[in-house]
Amino acid sequence: MSHSAETTSHGSVKSYLVGFVLSVILTGIPFWMVMSGHFGKSVLFYSVVSFALVQIVVHLKYFLHLNFSVKGRMDTFAFLFTALIIVMVVGLSIWIIYSANAMMM
Amino acid sequence: MSLLGNLSLDAIPYHEPIIMVTLAVIGVIGLAVVGLITKYQKWGVLWHNWLTSVDHKRLGIMYIILALIMLIRGFSDAIMMRTQLALATNGAQGYLPPEHYDQIFTAHGIIMIIFMAMPFMIGLMNIVLPLQIGARDVAFPFMNNLSFWLAAAGAVLINISLGLGEFAKTGWLAYPPLSEMSFSPGVGVDYYIWALQISGIGTLLTGVNFLATVFKMRAPGMKLMQMPIFTWACTWANILIVASFPILTAVLGLLTLDRYLDFHFFTNDGGGNAMMYINLFWAWGHPEVYILVLPAFGIFSEVISTFTGKRLFGYTSMVWASGAISILGFVVWLHHFFTMGSSADVNAFFGVMTMIIAIPTGVKLFNWLFTMYRGRLRITVPVLWTLGFMVTFSIGGMTGVLLAVPGADYVLHNSLFLVAHFHNTIIGGAVFGYMAGFAFWFPKATGFHLNERLGKYSFWCWQIGFYVAFMPLYVLGFLGMTRRLNHTNNPDWNIWLYIAAVGALIIFVGIILQFVQLYVSIRDREQNPDVDGDPWNGHTLEWSTASPPQFYNFAVLPKVHDIDAFTDMKEKGIEYQAPDEYMPIHMPRNTAAGMQIAGAAGIVGFALIWHIWWLAIVGTLGMVVALIARCYAKDVDYYVEPQEVAEIERAHLASVATVKEEAL
Repeated sequence: MSHSAETTSHGSVKSYLVGFVLSVILTGIPFWMVMSGHFGKSVLFYSVVSFALVQIVVHLKYFLHLNFSVKGRMDTFAFLFTALIIVMVVGLSIWIIYSANAMMM
Repeated sequence: MSLLGNLSLDAIPYHEPIIMVTLAVIGVIGLAVVGLITKYQKWGVLWHNWLTSVDHKRLGIMYIILALIMLIRGFSDAIMMRTQLALATNGAQGYLPPEHYDQIFTAHGIIMIIFMAMPFMIGLMNIVLPLQIGARDVAFPFMNNLSFWLAAAGAVLINISLGLGEFAKTGWLAYPPLSEMSFSPGVGVDYYIWALQISGIGTLLTGVNFLATVFKMRAPGMKLMQMPIFTWACTWANILIVASFPILTAVLGLLTLDRYLDFHFFTNDGGGNAMMYINLFWAWGHPEVYILVLPAFGIFSEVISTFTGKRLFGYTSMVWASGAISILGFVVWLHHFFTMGSSADVNAFFGVMTMIIAIPTGVKLFNWLFTMYRGRLRITVPVLWTLGFMVTFSIGGMTGVLLAVPGADYVLHNSLFLVAHFHNTIIGGAVFGYMAGFAFWFPKATGFHLNERLGKYSFWCWQIGFYVAFMPLYVLGFLGMTRRLNHTNNPDWNIWLYIAAVGALIIFVGIILQFVQLYVSIRDREQNPDVDGDPWNGHTLEWSTASPPQFYNFAVLPKVHDIDAFTDMKEKGIEYQAPDEYMPIHMPRNTAAGMQIAGAAGIVGFALIWHIWWLAIVGTLGMVVALIARCYAKDVDYYVEPQEVAEIERAHLASVATVKEEAL
């Protein structure tokens, strides 16, 4: 099998560990917030979503090695396409279900 | 809790004569096949050359055999539904009781989409795509074998449901709350879930595999915008697979949690929302229909340009039209549930997007027309399928745009008009495409030609039968007949139901003729060989190989300078050149690991369906052990020696030379 030579970095043990520790922290904090019961519903909602979004960035950088370099142009395109699809599917789903709920009131 | 979970002898439907006769027939055929293989001592050949093969061409053939077997099953369901509806008029009950009829229409839908159309499409892609881009195999040959066996495991599960227990009675969408435990307590929905889940993971792996293949393994010099159009169409379909199948996996996972662990994602009570299932299901389901039809569009493009002897008109616009369809395919899914009761703004948005997506498809139709314009079209079987498609699919597309108007959809939704529409696009679009591709690449895959005359007869039965079977359904939809009715009592509908049944019988004749065609062609294979591997004066690289292709595809990776790479070589007179010396070729070894892993996955699915928990644990362990064993396997590849390559190549070039001499 001949694969073309252009490959991007696959990371080191250190970068994977950094990514793993960050992910654990970013999962642990919202988990603790929910379990402790000290926080109101809206605070919880926005914190959990924010921590999740930050963790997506961590995964992209440390696990999927997205670095927007010239070499990784295909990765960048793949990321942009995926982001577009996710924004469309999630965004439109929220719109659909909220509108449906509003009609049921 | 017994050792066999919920499974007992009562699960066998003794009281259903139709099912018992079917099982008997399957048993007899199965024994006959086993007997024949034993008699001719072919078990070794079957095991070493086929079942454990990682060769994309053989996997492709096995995918198509799977699709044809499931076509028989799915079409039997279809003919039973049509005859039931033709008999059960004026208040008569027909011969299929509701609880059996409901399983039949559910099985028909899931089998035709997931186990007939998908394997057919993936089979053609397997055979052709690596050859078209000048690669020696796919990027991950073992994973390709695993994907096939996962699809087969799902198909086995759905067939077991015939004789053990029941299948879902929910319709092929398995909408909750009907598909929840409280309304479907039997094993039917569980068969549905695990058959779909296991084969869906196989499809996802295929998507990843073929994307890696086209991005990393194109022949030297081939730019992305020089990939053959079928490869491009498959690439867009694979992008859709990778983007949409995880949604199906997730939504089935949520339904599984509801059914097995008392979760409340989609239940009526406990804060569940059934609408979310419908929403997520179609966020996969709509891209899925483009996954089916885009490769078919690619096949039509190859067929039209080859048989007119011209370059494809508007290659670039064709590629970008597919891209536009792929992205727009993700913003139209709500048109499957306009009547759910979301806001008028939501319905208007999705209605408009749905109408817009017809535009890139229209672009493609004009590209095909302009390719034919002033060409000299050879009316062969693949061309007939293509012409039949262009007419039929246009009608299906137009009724689709009609349904895209939310107001019209409120009248026509859930009626036979809808059933007519989607059969119009899926049969007239996807299936006709696969049939064209089957006839087009058959000589390439097997080394001999299909019988042309029987192929034409079969096409005309399909084409005429399609109109006779489905045009009446449009009328019935307008007359107010809803889908999934078991029996009717409206004299106005009768005549149309009779006509539709006749149409189904005509298609039946077409299918029989296709199998006769296969039989006759295999019987007469010595008389109709494809000697030089280029029977149609082809444009792309797959036609530069022998038929069937050398197992390593290309002795020397071709240098590509043009979209129609093989035409380009012919024009330069360098199409069949032997190099001074051959290099060793690095090849993957066959492996049984794919069968082991997928077999264990099938056992896990079966155990979960019947709540046999110990077996589920054993099966899961089996999967993990087989996977780890494969990961540490050492003897996974080998080199083909230059001497062997040289012999095979010499034989191919010699047969090419004989054909050229005869032509002179």
